[in-house]
Amino acid sequence: MTTPTDKPTERKDEKLIMDAGDISRAMMRIAHEILERNKGGKDLALVGIRTGGVHLAHRLVKRIQSIEGVQVPIGELDITLYRDDLALRKNQPILRKTSVPFDMTNKVVVLVDDVLFTGRTIRAAMDGLMDLGRPEEIQLAVLVDRGHRQLPIKANYIGKNLPTSREEQVQVLLDEDGEDDRVVILKS
Amino acid sequence: MSLKRKDLLSLASLSVDEIMLVLETADSFKEVTGREIKKVPALRGKTVVNLFFEPSTRTRTSFELAAKRLSADVINFSPSSSSVVKGETLLDTARNIEAMQADIIVLRHSSAGAAETLAHGVKSSVINAGDGWHEHPTQALLDLYTIRQRGMNFNGLRVAIVGDVSHSRVARSNIYALIKLGAEVRLVGPPTMMPSRVEKLGAKVYYNMDEGLRGVHVIMMLRLQLERQGRAQFPTIREYSRLYGLTAERVHLADAGAIVMHPGPINRGVEIAPDVADSLSSVILDQVANGVAVRMGILYLMSGANS
Repeated sequence: MTTPTDKPTERKDEKLIMDAGDISRAMMRIAHEILERNKGGKDLALVGIRTGGVHLAHRLVKRIQSIEGVQVPIGELDITLYRDDLALRKNQPILRKTSVPFDMTNKVVVLVDDVLFTGRTIRAAMDGLMDLGRPEEIQLAVLVDRGHRQLPIKANYIGKNLPTSREEQVQVLLDEDGEDDRVVILKS
Repeated sequence: MSLKRKDLLSLASLSVDEIMLVLETADSFKEVTGREIKKVPALRGKTVVNLFFEPSTRTRTSFELAAKRLSADVINFSPSSSSVVKGETLLDTARNIEAMQADIIVLRHSSAGAAETLAHGVKSSVINAGDGWHEHPTQALLDLYTIRQRGMNFNGLRVAIVGDVSHSRVARSNIYALIKLGAEVRLVGPPTMMPSRVEKLGAKVYYNMDEGLRGVHVIMMLRLQLERQGRAQFPTIREYSRLYGLTAERVHLADAGAIVMHPGPINRGVEIAPDVADSLSSVILDQVANGVAVRMGILYLMSGANS
């Protein structure tokens, strides 16, 4: 594990957990693990959960392409309509687009998200996927698993296990070219 | 940005940002209505009541379908089958419905302001589905959605609204919204069908249809309310049709890519020629299809917990 305190990119109000290099290496490892577990890229598809998971899914698709030479279909999933707290909220969250432009039948669909926390997002995402088709299997890839699950959900591929307290805020910040990518814990 | 209001009563009271939020949200629901399984659990456990004091098939069905696709429970209430004939007031009827724990009441009423009166009297969210000659906000929102779907930009858009403007709640809602969004609104029709001082809203009035249609991007036809004939608004249907009916020749006066809209139900051969209604430039059936997605968006945005 790196000592984040001496990294030049560290900002005052955040604690650096992963820098661009760490994230890039973790994504490469996950891409290899996905291919290993599924014996190649055939019948594989990736679906990123909006918004953080979508960027990561695109990067994984590129990695898989460079390793295996296959173009894996990719989709984007907005889970808002499947949230379990809609009835409790005063104002409804803004809806984003869902787009899964391929048939999921007989496909292994890898859900991709940035942070795995309570597991509620993943529950919603699985229900959302099932309404769009019938995948052969659903797997889960996350960049950070910070614990504190409230549902019996477990990731198949994890970039980094990060023990946190429930009050802490973990943020995955990704930019277009990947140079300033980082995972941080916000200091309160 | 979210819709921080209990009720949707008019477009006169909605900001540009709020209108755009509804259109954006509707766009997400358009994807849902294109799925094989056209149902999402967003309004599970909520109750939507369609309270229709005026006959309406299309708007009521559209709201019903929208609510059902959001997994809400839907109750249809219409005066012929309820206690209204026994003399109950609007507010008393609504309070009874509210006592059944309705979260959203969709109201259609023949009196302008009925939705607003109701909104003040009940805790449920109220959606105006047409109140007298006042407004029909959800129809205008689906019209706006359909215009945008065709890749048109509201700013600088030239829209002609043709027909009985003074008795049209659809026209009124569209005028308010389109002008707010930066469009040029032309009102076309005989003087007997123009509301007084309508220029104050920022619209231009044309009594000659050919002049009014020249160069417009959108032709919005209004239904000729045949039941009004004989109230000295127009002498005969034939004369009205000749002066203000939309023919293929008249469509050619508009911009080359112009679209033809109509809120329905259409009177073929009266305000619109059959070949125009069925032409490629007609988006009349798109309007109906989009209506469900737009109403899903509105129901979703209004479904936040009322405190």
